[in-house]
Amino acid sequence: MSELTELTIKETARLLRLRSFSAAELVTAHVEQIERVDHRVKAFLRFTPELWEKQADEADRRIARGDLGPLVGIPMAVKDVLCVRGVETTAGSQILKGFRPPYTGTAVARLFDAGAVMLGVTNCDEFAMGSSTENSGYFPTRNPWDLDRVPGGSSGGSAAAVAAGEAMIALGTDTGGSIRQPAALCGVVGMKPTYGRVSRYGLIAFASSLDQIGPFTRSVEDAAIVLEAMGGHDPLDATSSTRANDVLRDFDAGVKGMRIGVPREYNEVEGMEPAVKAAIEAAIKSLREAGAEIVDVGLPHTDYGLAAYYIIAPAECSSNLARFDGVRYGMSSQDALNITEAYERTRRKGFGTEVRRRVMLGTYALSSGYYDAYYLKAQKVRTLIKRDFDAAFEKCDAIIGATSPTVAFPIGSKTQDPLSMYLCDVLTLGGNLAGLPGISVPCGMTEQLLPVGLQVLAPQWREDVALRVARAYEVASGVKAEVAPLV
Amino acid sequence: MQPTTRSKMFCGCAVGRLGDPPNSNVCEICLGMPGTLPVINKAAVEACLKTALALNCDIPRHTKFDRKNYMYPDLPKGYQISQYDLPMSKDGFLELDGRRVRIRRVHLEEDTGKLIHAGDKLHKAWESFVDLNRAGTPLMEIVSEPDLRSADEARDYAVALRTLLRTIGASEAEMEKGQLRAEPNISIRRIGTEELGVKTELKNINSFRALHRAILYEVVRQTELLESGGTVVQETRGWSEAEGRTFSQRSKEFAEDYRYFPEPDLPPLEIDPVWIAELRMALPELPGARRGRLVSDYGLPTGDAVLIAADRDLADLFEGAVAAGADAKHVANWIIGEVAPTGKIPTAEHLADLVKLVTSGGITRDQGREVLMESVETGRAPSDIVTEHGFAQVSDEASLLAVVEAVMEANPRAVEDYRVGKKQALGALMADLTKRAPQANPKVARELLVRLLG
Repeated sequence: MSELTELTIKETARLLRLRSFSAAELVTAHVEQIERVDHRVKAFLRFTPELWEKQADEADRRIARGDLGPLVGIPMAVKDVLCVRGVETTAGSQILKGFRPPYTGTAVARLFDAGAVMLGVTNCDEFAMGSSTENSGYFPTRNPWDLDRVPGGSSGGSAAAVAAGEAMIALGTDTGGSIRQPAALCGVVGMKPTYGRVSRYGLIAFASSLDQIGPFTRSVEDAAIVLEAMGGHDPLDATSSTRANDVLRDFDAGVKGMRIGVPREYNEVEGMEPAVKAAIEAAIKSLREAGAEIVDVGLPHTDYGLAAYYIIAPAECSSNLARFDGVRYGMSSQDALNITEAYERTRRKGFGTEVRRRVMLGTYALSSGYYDAYYLKAQKVRTLIKRDFDAAFEKCDAIIGATSPTVAFPIGSKTQDPLSMYLCDVLTLGGNLAGLPGISVPCGMTEQLLPVGLQVLAPQWREDVALRVARAYEVASGVKAEVAPLV
Repeated sequence: MQPTTRSKMFCGCAVGRLGDPPNSNVCEICLGMPGTLPVINKAAVEACLKTALALNCDIPRHTKFDRKNYMYPDLPKGYQISQYDLPMSKDGFLELDGRRVRIRRVHLEEDTGKLIHAGDKLHKAWESFVDLNRAGTPLMEIVSEPDLRSADEARDYAVALRTLLRTIGASEAEMEKGQLRAEPNISIRRIGTEELGVKTELKNINSFRALHRAILYEVVRQTELLESGGTVVQETRGWSEAEGRTFSQRSKEFAEDYRYFPEPDLPPLEIDPVWIAELRMALPELPGARRGRLVSDYGLPTGDAVLIAADRDLADLFEGAVAAGADAKHVANWIIGEVAPTGKIPTAEHLADLVKLVTSGGITRDQGREVLMESVETGRAPSDIVTEHGFAQVSDEASLLAVVEAVMEANPRAVEDYRVGKKQALGALMADLTKRAPQANPKVARELLVRLLG
């Protein structure tokens, strides 16, 4: 392992400009790390040497010209749901095997413009549906801290790549916790921005009203740098906000005088592990010592969040996934007798079990006669959950708690029980239903040396607050995201 | 109706380029590529709002788009973005021959692509092709209440709608370009009863003639069905132009469940009342109001006013020519008799010029027709054409004397008849005179002839 694969963006930017190493050398160090560990971690689905060669050269030219952009030359991995022109992008699904988008999505394009260097495409649960990356249509990814355990999901490949030192930063998407939960399980920083902060153009949709693109990094500051580069209004996404993208405001101001809420319901969720609870209590103590006022808040509808989420997300996905019909791209059944049969064969073969389950759930929830009882009811619950957060944020500036009730679980332990897998998202999906920014930062290890994540949630458009609290915790606790040893 | 816009409903591709090679006028958005998102075309919203205003609709402050879910190869996303429970506008009416046809709603949606089946008939096709050039083209759906009572009324309504949309510039409404399609719902009921019978819906009728014929056919079909003891099934039916009959496509039991839900990729629209007020003020005079004004301000007979007001270009021509000093009734006659049938429209100044030449006796009406044609083709003023061709009438008696004497000499019998009291013989003499000297002023020539005969 080279120390070049353990740096943060901030450190790297400085060393690149001191000519301690070149962008090409930085990429080579990461490629070597990938060669060393990826056959065990299996974070990547595909690699993009044609891009990293070209982009590293360009980065070195920019550095030579005196370009001070923080992302110039930074090696990046991209989740398989983000379209990159000419690069096979499959949403972790067999149905899109061989699909090469004719365009690059906005978030990735902005990072390319900022000088990031793409190493490859990371594994994920099929169409981002899952919490362990075991639903990938290709293979499961392993947790770099314990190769017999899952990395979380759905952005498990991105989280694992950053945790294993295979990439300095990675992009993921978060619909119910798909960035924050794998970040927690892999011991890295993962952030879901406010809905509308980052353009979804180029993100293969799972649930359009919940999906957001966000970064995986090894420091809070790095997450802020990536977010700043890819956020902000995009005319190609009508749901992207025109607000100022000033996420780094008061970044290092600390938490002295801030009120930090701890929702009592979050401690009582089903399956909360004692080791996780203990780590969170230590984190609360550390923030209190740093000067924060810890306040007790209530999120009374937390229990209903999971049910509402598993109506709304499948409903939207049932519609979003209708385009995968084998007519224009991807897998296509060639031996069907008529169009209906062609649809059935293509989709039965192309989609995995979990995707088919959710398409059916969602189709049912939107059906005539059931719409009011399911979809409409779920939307009302969503409103109640938003109001819970509104009320809580009147008493506090940010909310903290565990990101996941559990640490990384053994591969295969939940695959036969979808409900237990759905419970992985119970602490994160509220942030999606309410459109809030949330970040997961490492908060220590259990005795088994498995990472625990601390989640910070802030009001809409207050990424600055979430980042400031997370940063203060990082400083106060001295807990840093580390590259897994992988011995 | 396809509103007049440069680009498609949700992407930047151009609309309405007939004759483009298949799938050449497409982008990743209208192809429904993974990861793409729609962005609302403001010009389409504006055209829809103008239409709604012209149809006296209420325009709610809030409107939204919904997804209509169904899978078909001409629908790239597997859903159509349309409007379900909060349309852009509702509750309006269109005046048709003095009564109101109620409009339930006018909303916006996107068109589908086109399928081409090799082998003519769908069930016999061995291969099908998808052309998505049209996919994503904006469409306004105008839904009327069941206020039309016959095929004639339905056709008149469709024609009136087209006139209205062209007048306000919301749509070119060219049927042959597929910019206007009708989906008539037809039901019959026993005379004296109030309740509407079971209806059938005819899909995608694309000419006024087909609309008329298809409705007539469907009324007869339903009547015969009921009279022979059968029942009408609620269903969607197609119209075969070649066979002149409707045929069953899909009955209610097999109707799709479209699973409408709010389009999450498009935030709800809030329509600014100031924008509505501006659009309302900018609306041109509508055909109904203009028709009334042509009668009251210019004294035109109602029949003439209806014909002229129905076409904005003709009405503009009429008012322009009268403003340029020509007589209103004569201008109307020229427009209805000469301009409308050819569809070739002169400038208002040229028409006024021409009408004045004819009414002052400078040229004959027949010469006027020729001059008009030449004026429209060359763009030159009628008076210039008349001067150049020597079309000007000869009105002085000295010049006409020779030809009048020649006519009398050539027709001794008619001259004799006239002189013994058969006054109708004058007609034959005048006819010969017009033939010999078309440029002769008939009035002057006739007076001279009568004098010489007497």
